[in-house]
Amino acid sequence: MSRLRPREEYEKTFAFRFFRWLSGGKDPYVGEVEMRAQKETVIPEETILERMRESEMIRDKVYDEEQNKAARIFHRIYVAAAILFCIILVSVLLVTVSCLPPTGSADNPDNNIVSERYIESGLQETGALNIVSGMILTYRAFDTFGETNVLFIATCCVMILLMVDDAVLKKQAVMNDRRFEPKNDAILQGTAFVLCPIIFIFGIYIILNGHLSPGGGFSGGAIMGAGLILYVASFGFKRTQRFFDEHVYKIAKITALCMYGLIGTYFYMTGANGIENHIPLGIPGHILSSGIILPINVCVGLEVACTMYAFYALFRRGGL
Amino acid sequence: MEFVRNFPCISIMLCLFAGIISSGLRGKTAMWINAALLSVDTVLSAFTLVYTLELGTSFVYVMGRFPAPWGNEIRAGVLESLMALFFCIIMLLSLFGGRHKLVEEVEEGKIYLYYVLTDLLLSSLLALVYTNDMFTAYVFVEINTISACGLIMIRQNGRTIEAAVRYMIMSLLGSGLLLLGLCMLYDLTGHLLMSNMKESVAQIVANGQYTLPLIVSIVLMSVGLCIKSALFPFHAWLPDAYGYSTVSSAAILSSLVSKGYIFLLIKIIYRVIGFDIYHDTRIIDILFLFGLMGMIFGSISAIKENDIRRMIAFSSVAQIGYIYMGFGMGTQAGMVASIFHILSHAATKSLLFIAAIGLTDVSGGSRKFIELTGSGYRSRWAGVAFTVGSLSMVGVPLFSGFISKLLFSQAAVQNHTKMLPALIVLGISTILNAIYFMKTVIRIYTPVGETAYPVMTFRDKPVYAAVLAAFIVLNIILGISSQPVVDMIQQGLAMFS
Repeated sequence: MSRLRPREEYEKTFAFRFFRWLSGGKDPYVGEVEMRAQKETVIPEETILERMRESEMIRDKVYDEEQNKAARIFHRIYVAAAILFCIILVSVLLVTVSCLPPTGSADNPDNNIVSERYIESGLQETGALNIVSGMILTYRAFDTFGETNVLFIATCCVMILLMVDDAVLKKQAVMNDRRFEPKNDAILQGTAFVLCPIIFIFGIYIILNGHLSPGGGFSGGAIMGAGLILYVASFGFKRTQRFFDEHVYKIAKITALCMYGLIGTYFYMTGANGIENHIPLGIPGHILSSGIILPINVCVGLEVACTMYAFYALFRRGGL
Repeated sequence: MEFVRNFPCISIMLCLFAGIISSGLRGKTAMWINAALLSVDTVLSAFTLVYTLELGTSFVYVMGRFPAPWGNEIRAGVLESLMALFFCIIMLLSLFGGRHKLVEEVEEGKIYLYYVLTDLLLSSLLALVYTNDMFTAYVFVEINTISACGLIMIRQNGRTIEAAVRYMIMSLLGSGLLLLGLCMLYDLTGHLLMSNMKESVAQIVANGQYTLPLIVSIVLMSVGLCIKSALFPFHAWLPDAYGYSTVSSAAILSSLVSKGYIFLLIKIIYRVIGFDIYHDTRIIDILFLFGLMGMIFGSISAIKENDIRRMIAFSSVAQIGYIYMGFGMGTQAGMVASIFHILSHAATKSLLFIAAIGLTDVSGGSRKFIELTGSGYRSRWAGVAFTVGSLSMVGVPLFSGFISKLLFSQAAVQNHTKMLPALIVLGISTILNAIYFMKTVIRIYTPVGETAYPVMTFRDKPVYAAVLAAFIVLNIILGISSQPVVDMIQQGLAMFS
C-alpha cells in the first residue's frame, strides 16, 4: 500500500530535486558555488566584414600560384600523381582482364548448371519464349522489383531537386514555357500527329509481346515515354494535361508499382511456402501465357513510361 | 514451414509498399505510415531474432519457386536479425527525434518525399542485411545510394546541394568499383549466390589458375565499400553531408547507411570469399593501416573544428576507423569487436546528433562553440543526453563505448604482430576523443549570465525528450548487459561460415 507523502517530506527526496533540476526550477550551482558569468562578446559588424575580407585575401594569397611557390609545386605534383595513379590503375585492370577466362570458350566457369537450366528448361518453367524475360521476371523476380524501385526513387530525388510550387508554376505558364522555341511549329506538330500514335502502339506491342519476342517492360516503357515527350514538345503542356496530368501520373505510377509488388509477394510467398501457384502458365507462344511475366511487364512498362515523362517535365518546367 | 520464416521477406516488401503508397499521400499521413512501418518491422525482426536463437542455425528463404542457384534467396541468422532489429529501432528514434526540425527545414509540399526516401532506405538496409545473393545486394546498394543522396539534399540550401553532389560522386565511384569487382568475380565463378560463389572461390584458390583476377576483384569490392562507408582517405564527402543535412538525415546516414555497407563487406568476407582466403590476400593489413590512420586523423580534424555538427561528423571518421581496425586484426575476436562497435556507434552517434540539435536550438540556431556556452542549462535534456553520448564515445564504463574499446583491446592482445600498434593508437585515439568531447561538455555546462536565448523544458518538446531518454537507455543497456549481445554476435558469426 502506498501512501501520499506530505509536501515537506517529498521535497527532501532525491526524485523531487532531480525533476526540479530537469525542469529548470533550480540551479544547483546558485548559492553553492561562487560563479562569475562570462562577459558577452559583442563583435561589431565592421570587424566581421574586415575579417571576411582578410580571410579571402589570405586564401587568394595562399592559392595564388604565381606568388606562392609551394602551391605551384604541390599542384604539379598533384597532377603528376593523379596521372600516374590513373595509368597504374588502367594497366592493372588491363592485365587483370587479360587473365580472365577467354570469351566464348565452352569450359568457362560461367557455362555451368545455372545457364544450362535457364536455357534447357526455361520454356517449361516460365512459359516464356524470350529466355531473358523469363530469367529476369520469374527466376530473379526480386532483383527486377528492386531495379524498378530504383527508377521510382530516382524520380523522387529529381522531384526534391526540381519540383517548384504550383503558384510559381502558374506564373511561369503566363511567361510561356517555350520562350526559346517557336510556338506551334507546324512541321513538328504535323510530324508528331503522324508519329505519336505509331510510337504508342509500337511501345504497347513491345510490352505485350515481352514474353514472346525481344523487348519487355523496360524497352517498351522507354518507347512510350519517348512518345509522350514528343507529344509534349510539339503540343505543349496544356494539351498533354487533358489526358496526363500530375493526378493521372500518380495514380498510374502507384498502381503499377503496387500491382507489381502484390504479384511479386504472391509469387515469393507461395513459392517459398510450397503453396500451389494459381497463375496459369498457359500455352507457350500465345499472347496470354507465361504466368506472371505478362502482368509484370505491363506494370514495369507503365512505371518506365511515367519515369521518362516525369524526368522530361521536371527538367523542363519543374512540375508535371 | 513455420510462418516466422516469412518475416524477413515480409519486412522488406512492407517497406517497399509503404514507400510506394506514401508517394501519393500528404506529409502527415506519410509520417504515420512510416512510424507504423518501423514499429511493425521492429516487431518482425524481434520475432525472427528469437526464432533463430531457438533454432540455433540460420535458414534460407527462397524468393519464388526456384531454389538457388537459379532464383533469388534471402538468408536469416542471428546476426542478420539482430542487425535488422537494431537498424529499425535506431531509425524510428532518429526520425522522431528530428521531426520538429524536419518541419522547419523542409518545404511543406516535399515532406512526404522524405518519408518515401526513408521507407525505401530501410528496405535497402534490410535487403543488404538479409540478402544471400550478390546481385540483389548490388541492386539495393543502388537504392541506398540514391535515397541517401535525397536525404542530404531535401533541406535545400547551397551547402547541402554541394554536399549531396560530393556524396553522389564518391558514392557512385564506390558502387562502380563494387560492380566491377562483382562482374569479375562472376566471370570467374559463374554464380551470383553467395554460398555457391564461396565454393567456386575455394576451388579457384586450390587450382591456382585465376589468382590475379580473384585478388583484383576482392580489392575492387573492398575499396568500393570502403569509399561508401567513409574509411579514412575517402572521407572527404562526410563532414559536409553529415554537418549540413537535416538532423534526422545526419543521424540516419552516420549510424545506419555507412553501417549497411560495412555489414555487406562482412558478408562478402565471410560468405563470398571465405575468411581465410580474405586473410591470406593481405588486404586486411591495408584495412588495418587505414583504420589506424582514420582513428587519429579523424579525431585531429574533429579537434580543429569550430562547428559542433561537423565535429561530431569528423568523430564518425575516427569511429569507422575503429571498425576497420577490428577487421584488420584478422581474428574472430576482432570481428566480434567490430560488429559490437557497429551497434554501439550507431546508438551513440545518432544520440549525439539529435542532442546537438537541441543545444543549437537554444543557442539561436548557431552551431559555433562560442554561442553554445551554457546551453546545457537552457536545454537540460539535450545537455544530459549529449554528456552521455560523449562519455560513451570516450569509453567511460557503464556506457556502450567502453565495451567496444574493451573488446578491441582484448582482440589486440590476442594478435601478436598487431598488438602494439593497435593498443598504442587505441590509447592515443581515446585521449583525442576525450579532448574534443570533454571540451564540448565543459563548454555547454559553463554558466553564463543572462542570455536572450529561450529555455527549453520537457513540456515544450515531449517527443524529443522521450527520444533522448530512449537513446540514453539503449546506450546504458548496451554498456551494462553487453554479454548477451556479444554472445549473439559470436553465435551469428559462427552461423556465417
